[in-house]
Amino acid sequence: MSVADTLTNPANEPVGVPYSERGPASIETVASFGFWLFLLSDVVMFSALFAAYAVLQDHVAGGPDGLKLFNRGYVLAETMCLLISSFTCGLCALAIERRATAAFYLWGVITFVLGASFIGLEISEFLRMIREGAAPERSAFLSAFFTLVGCHGLHVSLGLAWLATMMAQVGTLGFRPQIVRRLLCFTLFWHALDIVWIGVFTIVYLGARW
Amino acid sequence: MFGKLTWDAIPFNQPIPMAASLMVVVVILAILGYTFAKGWWPYLWREWITSVDHKRLGIMYAVLALVMLLRGFTDAIMMRSQQAVAAGGHQGYLPPEHYDQIFSAHGTIMIFFVAMPFVIGLMNFVLPLQLGVRDVAFPVLNSISFWLTCSGALLVNMSLMIGSFARTGWLVYPPLSELAFSPDVGVDYYLWSLQISGVGTLMTGINFVTTILKLRAPGMGYMRMPVFCWTALASNLLIVAAFPVLTATLAMLILDRYLGFHFFTNDGGGSAMMFINLIWIWGHPEVYILVLPAFGVYSEVIATFARKPLFGYRSMVAATLGICLLSFMVWLHHFFTMGAGADVNAFFGVMTMVIAVPTGVKVFNWLFTLYGGRVHFASPVLWSLGFICTFVIGGMTGVLLAIPPADFVLHNSLFLVAHFHNVIIGGVLFGAFAGYMYWFPKAFGFQLNEPLGKASFWCWLIGFYLAFFPLYALGLMGATRRMQHYDNVEWQPLMLVAMLGALVILTGILLIILQLFVSIRQRAKLADRTGDPWQGRTLEWSTASPPPAWNFALLPQVHGTDAYWTMKQAGRATSQPATPPAYEPLEVPRNTPVGVILAFFSVIAGFALIWHIWWLAIIGLIGLAVTALSHAWSVDREMMIPADEVAAFERARASGGGS
Amino acid sequence: MQSIWQSGVLDPQGPIGAAERLILLNATAIMLAIIIPVIVLVLGFAWWFRAGNTRAQYLPTFQYSGPIELVVWSIPALVIMFLGGMAWISSHDLDPPKPIASKVAPIEIQVVALDWKWLFIYPNEGVASVNQLAVPVGTPLSFRITSATVMNSFFVPQLGSQIYAMAGMTNRLELMADKPGTYQGLSAQYSGAGFSDMRFEVKAMPAADFQAWVASTKAGGGTLDPVAYGRLARPSMAVKPQTFGNVTPRLFEAAIQQAVK
Repeated sequence: MSVADTLTNPANEPVGVPYSERGPASIETVASFGFWLFLLSDVVMFSALFAAYAVLQDHVAGGPDGLKLFNRGYVLAETMCLLISSFTCGLCALAIERRATAAFYLWGVITFVLGASFIGLEISEFLRMIREGAAPERSAFLSAFFTLVGCHGLHVSLGLAWLATMMAQVGTLGFRPQIVRRLLCFTLFWHALDIVWIGVFTIVYLGARW
Repeated sequence: MFGKLTWDAIPFNQPIPMAASLMVVVVILAILGYTFAKGWWPYLWREWITSVDHKRLGIMYAVLALVMLLRGFTDAIMMRSQQAVAAGGHQGYLPPEHYDQIFSAHGTIMIFFVAMPFVIGLMNFVLPLQLGVRDVAFPVLNSISFWLTCSGALLVNMSLMIGSFARTGWLVYPPLSELAFSPDVGVDYYLWSLQISGVGTLMTGINFVTTILKLRAPGMGYMRMPVFCWTALASNLLIVAAFPVLTATLAMLILDRYLGFHFFTNDGGGSAMMFINLIWIWGHPEVYILVLPAFGVYSEVIATFARKPLFGYRSMVAATLGICLLSFMVWLHHFFTMGAGADVNAFFGVMTMVIAVPTGVKVFNWLFTLYGGRVHFASPVLWSLGFICTFVIGGMTGVLLAIPPADFVLHNSLFLVAHFHNVIIGGVLFGAFAGYMYWFPKAFGFQLNEPLGKASFWCWLIGFYLAFFPLYALGLMGATRRMQHYDNVEWQPLMLVAMLGALVILTGILLIILQLFVSIRQRAKLADRTGDPWQGRTLEWSTASPPPAWNFALLPQVHGTDAYWTMKQAGRATSQPATPPAYEPLEVPRNTPVGVILAFFSVIAGFALIWHIWWLAIIGLIGLAVTALSHAWSVDREMMIPADEVAAFERARASGGGS
Repeated sequence: MQSIWQSGVLDPQGPIGAAERLILLNATAIMLAIIIPVIVLVLGFAWWFRAGNTRAQYLPTFQYSGPIELVVWSIPALVIMFLGGMAWISSHDLDPPKPIASKVAPIEIQVVALDWKWLFIYPNEGVASVNQLAVPVGTPLSFRITSATVMNSFFVPQLGSQIYAMAGMTNRLELMADKPGTYQGLSAQYSGAGFSDMRFEVKAMPAADFQAWVASTKAGGGTLDPVAYGRLARPSMAVKPQTFGNVTPRLFEAAIQQAVK
């Protein structure tokens, strides 16, 4: 419960009044709207990183380019992990709606494992590239690549930490409204990261034209 | 053990920063000691530091801004005095390694820690009151935003005492800001300070957009909002859209400096031009973030003191949103001379001029608000009139600079410096002072001393023209910006006039401070007992001065624009209902220390990262994580104000004051 | 007052600068025609409609007028369309790399911004100078500008446009000096501790005198080869003008390569 809860005055809500004139919105509306704005701001930040990547894509300073470096198999596996985790996250959200604790934990854990697999694959890919001499300090192209893809990976990792925290919170506090709101924000976040990944593999990996 | 930090970091052998640092430390210790001795700390902690009330946070933002104004202005006085003496062969008293830090700190502090907090503070205080609701959408986030801004301000000021600040100008262009050319910690102070406070600002943007779009009193549709709320909406939409670009760009420079990446370096294929594009894609919206709320203040003040509704409400809204959108399409005018070619330059030049159209419309609307009014010349009105006259000149020089070939001979000259001070001082700062003097009685329950307010205005106005019009002339004479010394002795008389202007402005600042002290002493005489000292038109004036924690016991039902004026005209403001209304218990958020604690760990982490003290940085990050987690588990976040308390307050107000 | 304006943008000594001054003055005049009446009206309205003036008509509901709206949108729009057209045309006419129409063949000058001095190489004449730029009058000057270090901006206010000097790339700028004289040159982009001393004198002289200058510079000796360039590139401030009678070919191109290594 929060401030916005107290602001609506249900007794006075006439029919036919435009939404904009019905007084303060509910806490659920306020919280999810604010989170959408945050997601949009995050997309803007990724856009700046995408723009930097686009500009620096060919600045290889005599070093390796994407065509030479990227491993199709890994990218496919990473994409599958993330896309399926989005699906399981959706199933998790349905479980939250039903307040079904066991199903919530089942799908939550599966989502976590898939997300962690994505991170594991990505880290091993990064390490391989560094071992081959394609470290981010090698060229502007590699700096941009590691930063863009790495920033996405950092967001996924923070998402995993958030998911773990939420699972602990459900365990200790149950499905109270505050927790449910946060869970739904988490699912929005997870799906948004999936969309960003689609941008990443299109522009970065497919963009390297194999 | 301590990374790059050694005793050499403290400027023992440099008298000026050493003296300044000692003075700052003494003043801070004196304030801390005094407040501690007086036993104010429990009160300050309980009522202010841990407050999540938008009114308290708004006041604290304004205090931060005014304090940092003193620091930023000291830098200005030093720059003016250096340039007043360093003519011909003379080197002045500030060698380049100091002077170059001073102009960099001046710009950084004035934009990020004076103008932004001032504007955000006014919006914080006013928006929920004008919208007829009890607080912003996310009060705890609001507190976190404020304290993170303080963290940034603290870090910048620590660079005075420990290490040095950037010597690159306020936008740290590479390659100069890269490790190869700026190996010391100065640029790092800049980067971490702005990354930390930037997070706070972004959260403010999200908070205020949500508040304006989702939390308004019943009946207040979009076209019934005060114009200040529209300009605040536009400004905060810009924050949400622009600040992430700043975060990304500064992060890229951090990666270059810390991990040897090549985003903007000369070697490895880096592109310094890309930095300039990215930073100005943020930078141009930033100046509109600052000026749009000021425009909103003028709209409120002029309408109120002319005793008339604002002329052309719809076109004001359209103009505001037009400016909001266009501000993203003009960024290249900051670097016409980088060589993008005629088509690109011409496009951005034309777009820059297009943005002058809605701005001109606003000026005409204010003009016609005055027409047919009964204008009372209180100090907020003087600031507004001073603004219109000054800002249109600054706008003119801006349109001039928007013509690429004109810019080719004026770029980076003192003409440019005069132009942007013209619009920022005449536009943003005059608006901030107008808002400060206008809403002060609402915030504190007593008015400010009028004669001192007017005196301060005249000093600022005259001082501004004396300080900056010589710079227009000097720019036309070929004088470039950021000169530590210059050869042409013929320029010196104009530099002296500019110095005089700075001293007149200093008088204006001192008068504002004096006004505050005098008003506090005279507060009984200057008390505002009605809550409506100016015959206001908007809902904030319907509350007590200062408003109670819950703002409105019952949310007002709004029927049109100028909601309070309409209520007064219909007699609704004063009439008592036949039976007293049934007050309900009100839920308000509890205070919480999470904001100040997060800020504390941010300073630890930031300082540690600046000096490469990795173990301390990890401690700071762990502290942030632990604080966030413990806050996540706090469930008892609201408290109830009993209905009796609300009722008692309203009864006392009804009997104690009229309306 | 005449003397203090005589080194600046309002006292151009070449066609580019002259065109730019004309734009400045015209645009200012057009805009003054708008803002002076606005300022007068604002102060006038505020004064006439002051609360104490009982003769003024109080119109408390005057908050919209279609005709006024039309006018207040139209005036700025029309002025901006005009100035915008001016901006479009002049941006193309005065585009920095645009060659200056002249019967005289242009002379190419390569410019390298160093910390904290300017190096000028005359590739066809085979000479070079530091912090001193000799040019023939009435001759198009084709500058090729780069930086060995951080961003600078090559600027001679009395000749006209400035343009950024950036590492790893070349910016082209075409200027011309109409009359003999000595003009101030500087960097207009802050570049570090020695920035304020990064000044040079432009000596515009009749073509014959310029040939004589080239000849005497060649005779004066001094070789600018990669080794000497390396020495020159080391940071130094307030560098006195000097000349080189002998320049390694393609030193400019080598300097560009070196800056991004």
